[in-house]
Amino acid sequence: MSAQTRFAPGTFAPAPGRGRLGRMLAAQTAVETKLALRNGEQVLLTLIIPLALLVGLTVLPIIDVGTPRVDWVTPRILALAIMSTAFTSQAISLGFDRRYGVLKRLAATALPRWLLVAGRVLSACCVVVVQLVVLSVVALLLGWSPHLDGLGAAIPLLVLGALAFGALGVLLGGSVRAEIVLAVANAVWFVLLLAGGIAVPESSLPSGLAAAVDLLPSGALAGGLTDALARGVSPGPAPYLVLVAWTVVPALVATRTTKLT
Amino acid sequence: MNHDATQRPGADADDSGHDAVLAVSGLVKRFGTTVAVDGLDLTQRRGTVLAVLGPNGAGKTTTIEICEGFQRPDAGDVRVLGSRPGAPELRTRIGVMPQGGGAYPGVRAAEMLRLVASCAAHPLDPDWLLSVLGLADVPRTPYKRLSGGQQQRLSLACAVVGRPELVFLDEPTAGLDPQARRLVWDLVEALRTDGVSVLLTTHLMDEAESLADDVVILDHGRVVATGTPAQLTADAVDDHRLGFQAPPGLPLADLLTRLPGCVAEEPDPGRYVVRGPVGPREVSAVTAWCAERGVLAEELKVVRRSLEDVFLDLTGREPR
Repeated sequence: MSAQTRFAPGTFAPAPGRGRLGRMLAAQTAVETKLALRNGEQVLLTLIIPLALLVGLTVLPIIDVGTPRVDWVTPRILALAIMSTAFTSQAISLGFDRRYGVLKRLAATALPRWLLVAGRVLSACCVVVVQLVVLSVVALLLGWSPHLDGLGAAIPLLVLGALAFGALGVLLGGSVRAEIVLAVANAVWFVLLLAGGIAVPESSLPSGLAAAVDLLPSGALAGGLTDALARGVSPGPAPYLVLVAWTVVPALVATRTTKLT
Repeated sequence: MNHDATQRPGADADDSGHDAVLAVSGLVKRFGTTVAVDGLDLTQRRGTVLAVLGPNGAGKTTTIEICEGFQRPDAGDVRVLGSRPGAPELRTRIGVMPQGGGAYPGVRAAEMLRLVASCAAHPLDPDWLLSVLGLADVPRTPYKRLSGGQQQRLSLACAVVGRPELVFLDEPTAGLDPQARRLVWDLVEALRTDGVSVLLTTHLMDEAESLADDVVILDHGRVVATGTPAQLTADAVDDHRLGFQAPPGLPLADLLTRLPGCVAEEPDPGRYVVRGPVGPREVSAVTAWCAERGVLAEELKVVRRSLEDVFLDLTGREPR
């Protein structure tokens, strides 16, 4: 078959131009979200483990939390879900997308760089919404009764938590080799889960560590959510300030260190 | 195939006032102490296919990636469609096929192509493009489970779906079977017919010879030859190559006394090559010389100097 019969003349006549921004953003967000929800390892990290911990810590009296247990466990699990998606899962996928030349491929299209970032952020938000819905429904089935007047404080904390962990995830995933990203992202997740104020409440941690935990994004997010939803008190400005700091500094560094390949 | 510029739409549609889509001068790129590109000059005319040839490590991919805006030059001037590489308005006008990779491991073939298509204002129909590139059976197959050839064709589809003016193809036919390679050649041919400029790198000399309007041969980061395939092989009108097979170890020095102006070698035991002004008389001299020794010259063949011969003469015969 000759070129003439396979391709009608004029088929490839140049017609360059950028696609509509809204359409590009929607396409990019949809693909990233589908990939995150289709990838078994990521779903394990973002949904299965948080669900298992939610049920396990509620039912089994392993760690001393308040009562009813589900009210004290759920805010911590919500913090874990945010960390899993925005930090660990984000860093790993970014690390491997760089390895496989995806960012280069997309950077060669008309897609503006900011949209590349925005698509990832929106996709992480979509996954977080799925997590919050699933975890909240299961928690409610377990008898969760949060202080509803704490929602006004909790929602900005969730958003700031996602931003802070997201900035840290991009900082890690965008700067080093994919294997190192994988190792560090999982190790940090595990350390923060156990010693960063998420699974184990500060009251059960050694006293020196407890003070430091409030300054970590994990401790600030889990502590603030516990104040708002379990204690029904205002978390005060401290957790917000800690999360803002963990957003701004890593984001500034990441704009210098993030590489396409 | 017609290489006449007047046949090509777009050849006169240059808005920047001159006819180059790519103008590179004095390009230098170093990696540590290694000089990958060493004062390279390159020009591509609008609407043409330019093949960049060179041994591994000659600087082909580095040069392409600088033109695409992925790497910064250490020195020199690069203009792509009149703009600096990496300029946002330029990215809407070029198409890029990187060497390997370029897709999310878990993304389905059609999803990836639609995503890239969504970035363009007037893209080609992704489903049509998948079907002409032989990917109609695998639209829902994740990228990592496509064969190497299918991944290559998807990457090619991503490079052209946005209807660019200039397409960079880094080894577009590497690892393809002959049918798929023919398909890619047809596609490049169709791009040229429609006025799209194509810069490609290849290790296949027949690919460069049959596709390219112009050829640039790089070695050690420099241009060692440039011209049309016909020009590069032109001094070769009387320059032929005679090859034959016979028992190893024949005394070639003796043969050369009968072949003034020629050189002869035995690159592999029992395989002989004579280069130079090989005409009817020289062929007769070779066969007579063999007959005197009672040797049968098998696979005796006389061919015109090809682009491959030019390439090997310029860049050496030793593997790197």
